[in-house]
Amino acid sequence: MENHIRLLINNISVVYSDVIQVLKGVSLSVRKGQIVSLLGSNGAGKTTTLKAISGLLKPENGKVTEGSIEYDGKPVQNSSPEEITRMGIIQVLEGRQEFKYLTVEENLKVGTATRWGKPYQQDLKMVYDYFPALLARRKSLAGYCSGGELQMMVIGRGLMAHPKLLLLDEPSLGLAPLLVKEIFQIIRRINQEQGTTLMVVEQNANMALQIAHYGYVMENGKIVLESPAEELRDNPDVKEFYLGTAASGALKSYKDVKSYKRRKRWL
Amino acid sequence: MEFFLQLLINGVSLGFLYALSALGFVMIFKSSSVLNLAHGELLAIGAFLFLLLSAWAGLPIVVAFVLTLVGTFSLGFVVERLFLRPLIGENLIEVIMMTLGLGIMFKGLLLFIFGGDIHSYPRFLPESLTLQLGNVQIPSVNVAAFIVGILFLIVFGFFFKYSNQGIYMRSVADNQPAALSLGVHVRRVFALSWAIAFLVAAMSGIVLGIINGINVHELSAIGLKVFPVVILGGLDSIGGAILGGVIIGLLETFTGGYISTSLREVVPYIALVIILMVKPYGLFGLVEIERV
Repeated sequence: MENHIRLLINNISVVYSDVIQVLKGVSLSVRKGQIVSLLGSNGAGKTTTLKAISGLLKPENGKVTEGSIEYDGKPVQNSSPEEITRMGIIQVLEGRQEFKYLTVEENLKVGTATRWGKPYQQDLKMVYDYFPALLARRKSLAGYCSGGELQMMVIGRGLMAHPKLLLLDEPSLGLAPLLVKEIFQIIRRINQEQGTTLMVVEQNANMALQIAHYGYVMENGKIVLESPAEELRDNPDVKEFYLGTAASGALKSYKDVKSYKRRKRWL
Repeated sequence: MEFFLQLLINGVSLGFLYALSALGFVMIFKSSSVLNLAHGELLAIGAFLFLLLSAWAGLPIVVAFVLTLVGTFSLGFVVERLFLRPLIGENLIEVIMMTLGLGIMFKGLLLFIFGGDIHSYPRFLPESLTLQLGNVQIPSVNVAAFIVGILFLIVFGFFFKYSNQGIYMRSVADNQPAALSLGVHVRRVFALSWAIAFLVAAMSGIVLGIINGINVHELSAIGLKVFPVVILGGLDSIGGAILGGVIIGLLETFTGGYISTSLREVVPYIALVIILMVKPYGLFGLVEIERV
């Protein structure tokens, strides 16, 4: 059992600038080969959780002050991003952080930084297979690509690093619904075909729970709910608060908003 | 006409030297947004190291040259490690003040060791390098400057465009958090850009030393000319640094040739002021790609 666990977060607290506490005892685990979604509203601490895993808290003056993060059994909390990426954890940042003045293909090449000097032609081909739209754009500057192309590019860029655990932060942000669907299908394919373990942070709970095996819900820096994705989809609270339908399945009416607020505090 | 051609050629070859020296400056600025105020001293360090190895230690020129390059390149790493890395994460102004302090320290050290006199290298450029174009004679040192300038600019151009390390360096300049998230060794990139800056500054320091003689004050003053060059070309553009270098080189030699030699040194700074007023991002500064 233990060795099926890729990532084990045990009761971590994260503090920014020594005073602002963002995570208050978060625990979660990710099993090998699975897709785990982390849901929650703005400011719940989802991105901070990802950054705690990938080591990117440090440049922002954040720190894991309590608890532990174990990756394949090794403690990695507060390690530098250089070390963590080389162990196989790659975070795809929120909001498509492209290299504007590099071409699409050069952007993808930066993904090989963790294994500098190794051949990557095969990986480029794999990325273009998953995202054929990128092939046509490979020579153009990323700064001039569309939002959808960029989202594909940054996921592809993460794949170039051969991640064992890929952390995706809001891949649906600002994309048209059809494109979101396409990207989530590709994420599922990557999981199935490459065996990559994925952790997906999302606002779009509906989409995320369709592809995930397991889900967590965060509120105010704590995990408030967790269960297999299909159970989470049927959970009346999740339905009401995150999927936008009432417990009955019908669309919610405005007069229920008050109850929504009351219930949410209960979580 | 011959005089014009002569000036043109001198100007271009001088311009390539400025461009080469500005290249190092631009690289540091691109990767870490640091203005290196010690740049002039880097030229002097290169020139004096070469003097030490070639004239005083009596090594063969080629060996001395290669050793100078290796030495300055390594010195770049050492200086970054000792003085600049501890400041990563601090305010930019503190890092820039550190480079100012480093510059003064280097200058003091060079003055202490070599004194303030003008030194010169033994003549080593073969006379066969002197080119005769019709009635125009191009001195061997200008030909050498031309060759060295073009060669290094091409090498670095390829390095940044095609090598993986070059692409990583550009990615750090472009979006540091994203580069960090992909495991690019950002500190190593900073170190490498300092090392390259030391190396290219040494190159231009040596050639300028052949032309003007080697003097601490003079070389560090020439180093200041990277400012007009990079402001003209755009602070963050390598192509712009090259063109800016050539333009400043031409401006200088033509002013010196046709107007007055005393005005020569001032012209680059006059150009600097005008450019800042008319085109503050320089001729080739990155036009911010913005989405609307």
